[in-house]
Amino acid sequence: MQILLNGERVTTDASTLDELCARLGFGEAKVATAVNGSFVAAGARERTALSEADEVEIVAPRQGG
Amino acid sequence: MLELYGKKFTSRMLLGTAGYASPDILRQAVETSGAEIVTVSLRRESARARTGQGFWELIEKLGRLVLPNTAGCRTAKEAVATAQMARELFGTTWIKLEVIANDDTLQPELFGLVEAATELCADGFQVLPYTTEDLSAAERLVAAGCDVLMPWGSPIGSARGLLNKTALHSMRAYFPETPLIVDAGIGTPSHAAEAMEMGYDGVLLNTAIAKAGDPIKMAEAFAKAIQAGRIAYEAGLIEPRDMATPSTPVAGTPFFKIDHAS
Repeated sequence: MQILLNGERVTTDASTLDELCARLGFGEAKVATAVNGSFVAAGARERTALSEADEVEIVAPRQGG
Repeated sequence: MLELYGKKFTSRMLLGTAGYASPDILRQAVETSGAEIVTVSLRRESARARTGQGFWELIEKLGRLVLPNTAGCRTAKEAVATAQMARELFGTTWIKLEVIANDDTLQPELFGLVEAATELCADGFQVLPYTTEDLSAAERLVAAGCDVLMPWGSPIGSARGLLNKTALHSMRAYFPETPLIVDAGIGTPSHAAEAMEMGYDGVLLNTAIAKAGDPIKMAEAFAKAIQAGRIAYEAGLIEPRDMATPSTPVAGTPFFKIDHAS
């Protein structure tokens, strides 16, 4: 299926958000996630199923003002 | 001492971490500034670059209170989701809440700001809203549960200083007990000193230090200016007046004749 990952169209067969993060190598990384505009806590990624055209955000700490 | 949400701080400077030439210059600028609160953001992480991981290690080493922002958010919904991600990522319920109206002014979108502040305060966040000097919006923010207000001096990154001093004075007078921090638009140490002389509780800045010729030296200048402004406020400033008044005693002036005094 195709999803929008951080604003870019990607093809994935990851069925959950947790699986997607693991495949991207974010297993232990300091990241936070949102799906379709809503925050998904780290503990809820495993039960968050991904569907066609979902919009996934994976963010990390960055410099800010 | 500056007190925000029950935490006490010696320094009255809140310093942004963006735009420094290198991580080491950032570290030295923060150390020299004495700032005990540093602002950070969160951004999309690339699986290849993993930029955020190294930055987080640097921030942890600084040992300051981390204040994540919601910079760039255009709606209350975006800001709330960003704040929730920041809470998990940085392990803090403190949030510098920004809801931005447009790219040219980066001015706060006050309606969305109040909406997001209401939701986040109810959810247990300590919200520090980036707002304007508008008193009705400020009242709504306080009613929502914000114990701190952060009005802009001028547009973010503009270095124009305090554009609406009359309104900033009014805000100070209207909220005598609420900690008020000037956030955005500070370009020079004298701008920061001026805000402090007006009785503001602190100053939040970033670009003026990060983009200075020598950010470390500029951090020192700002630290001193903010301190000087605060001490001046505590000392009690004299009232400005329209006409001259001699500072040297008039009585006993040599060569004085009565017609001089007419």
